[in-house]
Amino acid sequence: MAEGPFAPGSLVRVLDLPVKGHMRTPTYVRGHQGYVERLQGRFPDPEARAYGSSGLPPKALYLVRFRQKDLWPQYKGDAADTIAVDIFEHWLSPAGEGTGVRHGA
Amino acid sequence: MAHDRDHGDHHHPHPHQKDHPVRVWERRESAIRSLLIEKGFLSAEQIHRKIEEWDHKSFAQGARVVAHAWANPAYEARLLADANAATAELGIDTTGPKIVALKNTAKLHHLVVCTLCSCYPRMLLGLPPAWYKSAEYRSRAVSEPRQVLAEFGTMLPPDTELRVVDSTADCRYLVLPRRPAGTEGWDEAKLAHLVSRDSMIGVAPALPAGSLLPA
Repeated sequence: MAEGPFAPGSLVRVLDLPVKGHMRTPTYVRGHQGYVERLQGRFPDPEARAYGSSGLPPKALYLVRFRQKDLWPQYKGDAADTIAVDIFEHWLSPAGEGTGVRHGA
Repeated sequence: MAHDRDHGDHHHPHPHQKDHPVRVWERRESAIRSLLIEKGFLSAEQIHRKIEEWDHKSFAQGARVVAHAWANPAYEARLLADANAATAELGIDTTGPKIVALKNTAKLHHLVVCTLCSCYPRMLLGLPPAWYKSAEYRSRAVSEPRQVLAEFGTMLPPDTELRVVDSTADCRYLVLPRRPAGTEGWDEAKLAHLVSRDSMIGVAPALPAGSLLPA
């Protein structure tokens, strides 16, 4: 399977897209940097499927890993603790590029 | 953890009597269900049968997979590489979402949550417990997972890395707990008794060997 736009190990930033309605990117990772752990596969876009479209062509879905201490400043736990989230390709940009800024921040 | 009394899971329409006032989503589900029956897309019997089918699914399939992996290192490797193919080897129908197995070790612990709704490896574990769907678990499992684990009685050593996995999209996660000490030579059926549902979500370790009553 081709890797798509992001190779494992890539540093990425989650975009804060102004998507209304159904989407699968939790707010707590938006605007944050993480590492691509792996490509999970390609799946129909849930944002389109939720409203009657086929969601095709399928989009690349990546498991992206974030450091807990980056997400929660008050995090109590080991510095090595992480959280991994499946995120579709159109929500990701290479870190250091794109807007990468939380809306309203 | 506070226990969520909300049974309004969209995969699980219960036309049974309610112990609380009917909510807007339940009214909507009921209206859609009535329309589907009225227009002949589904029969009430088919819906009942599906509900019964889901109510009868348990975490036994998942326990069987874990016990098989404990007893067979080659199978464990296949499970970690491609969990759909590996579970199909055991005759389990896992043609739905992609399944990913996460192996716990002495230095690494996994915890699974779905912050957006209630995604859960139902094909292996059956329906999720009410607490898994509660707003409290879904929010705190990502922001203060070690405290949540402690409330489940799981004290994670500070130097054990904790990896929370939020199943937000098309993958379903199964935790492969550590094999309990003192189970050397046990057969798979006996091992499977130690594989609790909670251990495959990651809120608890597998049950200790001594927890089994003598046969």
